[in-house]
Amino acid sequence: MMAEKLTIGKALNAGLRRALESDPKVLIMGEDVGKLGGVFRITDGLQKDFGDDRVMDTPLAESGIIGTAIGLAIRGYRPVCEIQFDGFVYPAYDQIVSQVAKMYYRSQGKVKVPMVIRIPFGGGIGAVEHHSESPEAYFAHTAGLKVVACSSPQDAYTMIQQAITSDDPIVFFEPKRRYHEKGEVDPDLTYPLHASRRVRPGTDATVLAYGPMVRTALDAATAAAEDGRELEVFDLRTLSPLDLAPIYESVRRTGRCVMVHEAPSNVGLGAEIAARITEECFYSLEAPVLRVTGYDTPYPAARLEEEFLPDLDRVLDAVDRTFRW
Amino acid sequence: MAKQAAGEPAPDFVQLLTPDGERIERATGADGVEYSVDFTDEEYRGLYRDLVVIRKLDAEATALQRQGELGIWASLLGQEAAQVGSGRALRTQDMAFPTYREHGVLYCRGIDPILPLSLFRGVDQGAWDPNEVRVNMYTIVIGAQTLHATGYAMGITKDGKVGGDDGEAVLCYFGDGATSQGDVNEAFIWASVFHSPIVFFCQNNQYAISEPIEKQTRIPLYRRADGFGFPGLRVDGNDVLATYAVTRTALDNARHGQGPTLIEAYTYRMGAHTTTDDPTRYRIASEVEAWQAKDPIARVRAFVEKQQIADAAFFDEVDEQAKREALHLRERVLAMPDPQPLTLFDNVYPHGSPEIDAQRERFAEYLDSFEGSAH
Ligand SMILES: Cc1ncc(C[n+]2csc(CCOP(=O)(O)OP(=O)(O)O)c2C)c(N)n1
Repeated sequence: MMAEKLTIGKALNAGLRRALESDPKVLIMGEDVGKLGGVFRITDGLQKDFGDDRVMDTPLAESGIIGTAIGLAIRGYRPVCEIQFDGFVYPAYDQIVSQVAKMYYRSQGKVKVPMVIRIPFGGGIGAVEHHSESPEAYFAHTAGLKVVACSSPQDAYTMIQQAITSDDPIVFFEPKRRYHEKGEVDPDLTYPLHASRRVRPGTDATVLAYGPMVRTALDAATAAAEDGRELEVFDLRTLSPLDLAPIYESVRRTGRCVMVHEAPSNVGLGAEIAARITEECFYSLEAPVLRVTGYDTPYPAARLEEEFLPDLDRVLDAVDRTFRW
Repeated sequence: MAKQAAGEPAPDFVQLLTPDGERIERATGADGVEYSVDFTDEEYRGLYRDLVVIRKLDAEATALQRQGELGIWASLLGQEAAQVGSGRALRTQDMAFPTYREHGVLYCRGIDPILPLSLFRGVDQGAWDPNEVRVNMYTIVIGAQTLHATGYAMGITKDGKVGGDDGEAVLCYFGDGATSQGDVNEAFIWASVFHSPIVFFCQNNQYAISEPIEKQTRIPLYRRADGFGFPGLRVDGNDVLATYAVTRTALDNARHGQGPTLIEAYTYRMGAHTTTDDPTRYRIASEVEAWQAKDPIARVRAFVEKQQIADAAFFDEVDEQAKREALHLRERVLAMPDPQPLTLFDNVYPHGSPEIDAQRERFAEYLDSFEGSAH
């Protein structure tokens, strides 16, 4: 396969297809993943080609999806579960944090549950409530789970396959409002799954983002460059475990750091990252690590989400504030 | 149907051995199927032996808890027949998914009784190898394992291991309280629509800690199966013969591709829920006495005595064996070492994690900072 331009959605589909082809134990399960191809069409055409024994429409019960996937994983399968929307993962929360996350530890390594839980997350699509949430901190807080978020077609394609072949149980966040953004995908590229990535070099401040906010951070960097300020942008990619060494290196150079995420700020990932950077880079910092996040409110009605979601201007404003310290 | 109350007689169950030790040749279940067993004298004696030994081991574990050697213990007292009857019905290739009380099932699987004790002592979290012993680890979250069992059974179907005598089946245990959990109901739906080779085995011991069965249901539990589209039946859970007969049939049906069954084993938890519980706060002595008259062991003894298939020497020898095994268990519990501190960080992730590695390193340095430490 040659490198080609794909959307994030199509790249995920291609990655899932390749995973199904290369291992007969890989299964896809979820609501509407079969004929419909999922509400976002990420599994489009997969049931047609792999059969309903491998791409399974399930009853409408999230705890059931995750709980039965655990049994299948114990039996030697590699289930990839689709949770239709972020806000519907909570009925399965118990199975994920109490069972998926702990089987390996509890069994002293004798029971693996090599499964992937795909969650389209984040807002910006004008949806009704429960369709725009960013629940990643709940999972990143739980030992035994690994949590990642893709933000580009290349990562979507590569990371979904890496997650499926991994024996670690992985919560896989997909930036639903970016599903249609296009980019180059090289099918032969290899790189580690749990590594952050510098997506734009810069010298004046470090901006951290993941998932849907990577695009926003890059746009902010483009705008800042017009004003003569060079922002270094990182895509965290892995939310648990965090890969902060390259970020410490960057912050030591720039002396300034802004963390961007859509999730509310209270006890969010930004808080953890700010604390860690403070511990590691204290003498290099010119200003405290600032956070640009969703507010500590429930996700608002669609007509208000523009106010809720961090945008380019809020990122730039935070960068400005780090210069005013 | 009228609501049922704890201790009320349950006429609609399969019984093959009365509390007085009378053998009933055959009995029809609520599923319309006729059940019977055909055991040799040796097998009857074997069942009696199982029941006596696991009761003794259970009593020993309770004593160990009282002496501070176990953090807590969930006793199976009164539920021996339900566990031995169902456990003995398993075939080698089958897989069982237990709760935290199925010590008798483990015993029937030939599993060293020390294994669950490390869980209750706090040495590990019940880390036997389910693939090796073919009983999954104990599950503490009520009902969670019913979904794991169902998924596992779906995997059996995918592997093409149903449809014949050598097929595999899953036996999934849970309590009466668990039937109120969403997961159990979801498991019923999955098992039904995927036609999975699974037997749901509910030990209705009449209480969920202090809550009597009428706090969970207004109809007999086995009738729940109706609404999910598979057969359900109730068995006298204090009758090891009947429990064996219905479980064996249900497992055979499952392995032959006939889908799930719900078995409600109607029984009684004679002791406390766990050693931290005080049952005198929520149940009366006369209720316990009424159930004592239905004791699962006494009736097998009465039967084998009447049939003259066991003599005094046999009973003495079984008691001796039980004592010996209990003593052996006690010695091994007392000798069980605490885990090493750094093992705290073991097995969090199959592929490891740099954060855990860093924390382990820092903890090791911290431990080393104490003089004379040798962790
Ligand atoms: C989800 C959940 N809620 C509460 C508890 C606390 N708890 C432990 S055992 C128990 C009662 C369970 O009763 P039942 O299912 O009838 O099983 P039994 O112990 O009687 O065999 C409760 C409430 C738990 N372990 N899991």
